[in-house]
Amino acid sequence: MTSLPADPGPRKLGLVIDLDICVGCHACAVNCKEWNTGGHSAPLTDQDPYGAQAKGVWFNRIHAFETEDSHGGRTVHFPKSCLHCEAPACVEVCPTGASYKRAEDGIVLVNAELCIGCKLCSWACPYGAREYDEDDGVMKKCTLCIDRIYNENLEEVERVPACVSTCPVGARHFGDLGDPESAVSRLVAERGGYDLMPELDYKPVNKYLPPRPRKTAPGSTGASSCLQAKAPAVENRLLAWIDRMLST
Amino acid sequence: MHPAFSIILFTTASGAGYGLLVWLGVAALVGLLPPDRWFGAAAFGAALALVTAGLLSSTLHLGHPERAWRAVSQWRSSWLSREGVAALATYPAAGLFAFGWVVLGVLDGAWTLLALLSILLSLATIASTAMIYRSLRTIQRWHNKWVVPVYLALGLMTGALLLHALAHVFGLVHPAIGWIAVVTLILGWTLKAQYWRFIDTSRAASTPESATGLGSLGKVRLLASPHTGENYLMSEMGFVIARKHAEKLRRIATIVGFLLPLGFALASLTGPAWLTGTEAVLAAATALLGTLVERWLFFAEAKHTVTLYYGSELA
Repeated sequence: MTSLPADPGPRKLGLVIDLDICVGCHACAVNCKEWNTGGHSAPLTDQDPYGAQAKGVWFNRIHAFETEDSHGGRTVHFPKSCLHCEAPACVEVCPTGASYKRAEDGIVLVNAELCIGCKLCSWACPYGAREYDEDDGVMKKCTLCIDRIYNENLEEVERVPACVSTCPVGARHFGDLGDPESAVSRLVAERGGYDLMPELDYKPVNKYLPPRPRKTAPGSTGASSCLQAKAPAVENRLLAWIDRMLST
Repeated sequence: MHPAFSIILFTTASGAGYGLLVWLGVAALVGLLPPDRWFGAAAFGAALALVTAGLLSSTLHLGHPERAWRAVSQWRSSWLSREGVAALATYPAAGLFAFGWVVLGVLDGAWTLLALLSILLSLATIASTAMIYRSLRTIQRWHNKWVVPVYLALGLMTGALLLHALAHVFGLVHPAIGWIAVVTLILGWTLKAQYWRFIDTSRAASTPESATGLGSLGKVRLLASPHTGENYLMSEMGFVIARKHAEKLRRIATIVGFLLPLGFALASLTGPAWLTGTEAVLAAATALLGTLVERWLFFAEAKHTVTLYYGSELA
């Protein structure tokens, strides 16, 4: 059923991505591909994977943008995957019922058995979250690692999306953005987390945390900022003797 | 947007086919044409062949054409599904209408109801096709008020020109049909010109700044794309046509799709039968050719918001 859930539950699972911290290492994208090529939407096929024109399905891609203001340029690494929108037009345009949004946690999924590969959902997604699998002839997308987050065969600490578990700098957070008291919701409130393309009104669940303001003046660490002549180190006998000898 | 030939052929052919069905219905309702058996067979045959060829062509770009039947299930939310439902519903209505015309030779009484139903369902199908594009907020050049009127006008225009040509071929010339063709040509041309003016003078709300949310840091430029090679998003959504080529193709679409057919249609209103017949056929042929170019441009000139993540300044 591609109508949106009439009675969506309060839970809205999603990601919070900290653009201040992300170093653009692509580890999240690599671990995503690694996990998901054996997961719910497996395989994530590639065409010509070892050739010059390698092309294939990725659920997560890391862009890098630069901005410039009066203090100079700035680089922002920008990971992007499905935002599991509250108003996902990608689901509503699906003619077959293959695309759906789960009422219980808000995750947007594709049923590969029903998908006819018309690609209309990828046209309806403003963010480029859906990628067509040319070998399978169906559309694929981020599942929020539905096969990890509820997987009781994994240690509890491992029950987060692959991208979150692998991020070496802690730039990715996973949780319930429908609960205002959750750690991710508090983080969003604290840091001014925002929506991508809010003007299109897709109401993305995933939030982005902006880079912190640039430091334009040196901060104080308590250390002296210039060199000063030191008194002889009296506790060092050798230095004290040299000092005495030179002083006479 | 990548101009997939199967979709261009589908929208053009099915538009003309449904347009022809509409005018056959109108002709029956107001008595423009006699229920001539051979003409009816040719006209309904052409209309249903165009519609069917278009629908079959549209399944060519599917990853799983064998599952295409599933596409009629989500009519509650999806315009693509509604298009499928309307297209399938048109068959029995138009089929019975054709049966009355061709086999029984009757166009009055209860058959007028079938003509009316056939008209409404044909119009609904063209409008649903247009709404597939019109409803996409991601593409400002499709998400505007001109898209549905242009699709309807061009369907009615090519349909009227086909009816005009077929009527001449079967010697059933009625001046009103010629004038319908002329009026729909002017309407189609006007609306398409308005559409082009709209996309030239308006801008999408989304920018690289709103796509990344980094506008407060200054102008946002792409520094590095996510991968070294091209991906699906870039080939499907990132098709770019040079502005000078678009301008040239607009001129070609205008001349071949509207001006030449208008000239031929006007010329076909008076003159010896052999000449007006040729002119009517030429008017339909050029209009269909021009509509193919117009439809190709409709895709090639459309810009998707995802390109903002791949270095495009405008969506």
